[in-house]
Amino acid sequence: MKKSNSILTLALVAGISFSLIACANKKSTDHENGNGVHDHSAMNHKAEDEMSDGSVVETSENKSISQLIDQYLVIKNALVQDDSRAAASAGQKLAETSSSIDLNTFEASKQSEIKEILEVVKEHGEHIAKSEIAHQREHFEGMAKDFMDLLAITGTDRTLYQQYCPMYNKNKGGYWLSDSQEIKNPLFGSKMLTCGSVKETISMK
Amino acid sequence: MKKWLKLSLWIVLIVLVGIQFVPVQRNEIEPVTNADFIEHYESPIVIGNIIRASCYDCHSNQTKYPWYSNVQPIGFHLQNHISEGKSELNLSEFGLLSNRMKRTKLKSILSQIDNDKMPMPSYLFLHSEAKLDSLKKTLLVSYFDSILVDIDR
Repeated sequence: MKKSNSILTLALVAGISFSLIACANKKSTDHENGNGVHDHSAMNHKAEDEMSDGSVVETSENKSISQLIDQYLVIKNALVQDDSRAAASAGQKLAETSSSIDLNTFEASKQSEIKEILEVVKEHGEHIAKSEIAHQREHFEGMAKDFMDLLAITGTDRTLYQQYCPMYNKNKGGYWLSDSQEIKNPLFGSKMLTCGSVKETISMK
Repeated sequence: MKKWLKLSLWIVLIVLVGIQFVPVQRNEIEPVTNADFIEHYESPIVIGNIIRASCYDCHSNQTKYPWYSNVQPIGFHLQNHISEGKSELNLSEFGLLSNRMKRTKLKSILSQIDNDKMPMPSYLFLHSEAKLDSLKKTLLVSYFDSILVDIDR
């Protein structure tokens, strides 16, 4: 009988905590808004620090974009090897990096477009982090254009190749970026490893 | 042993009755704005009706709740589904997205419909009116395609 009493209490506590959680959720969104404002001022402050030394701005810009490209290439290589798990963990990192990049390190006129690109890259990264391989490939293919656009704005200190396989997505075709001229197809992996060709060479030194 | 069984049945009953009183926030209060997909693109009535019937329960701010949503824990479960669906895609706020994000979302919408992943089979089980037969599917796919082309232009 004693035991049953404790179970009953437990059930009641569970019920009450349910309703408490509902209230707490509402509060936490309010809190987030407050944080957002705070973050913004912190970012401005940081930018000011860096602006005083022109060269710092440039290095930090290249660094964050360079990190993003590295993570993109890790996903690409994982998909070439049909390794869904490695692609997922790189996708997670890509999403984290894209949301942590400080927009104030870019020229003001470029910020809004870079922001939009990073939001989309984050979305793709999140999906790659939690999906099976076919869906990972869909999102990976979707990102190619966004990365091309990003590199056109920010420039890059390395040479990349835009590659194309006409058979992807029921013969609608699909693009990806690679750091090597040799074709290793991430959209099909081992099923069709060498399908594709180089469409464009990106180098903006 | 018998006493135990009786007692646990009572507990289950009390919990089931108890959770009926836990408030669930319902997703049907916000008014339709210009950011709403159908308003934003002034979709043809036929298309708008298909989208509303097949997508809006989980991907908008206007869910049409079935009666059993008032029964817990079914209601909790539905609410989870709805907030998950809305975090992926909220058609009530589609107009607010950047063109780049619209393009991304539209591509995902197209692939989900084309591969019969959406509407979800578990949803169709109780919502036969949401099912996309091949005609509806073709209509939607070509409609979303045309919007995608317009954004790229």
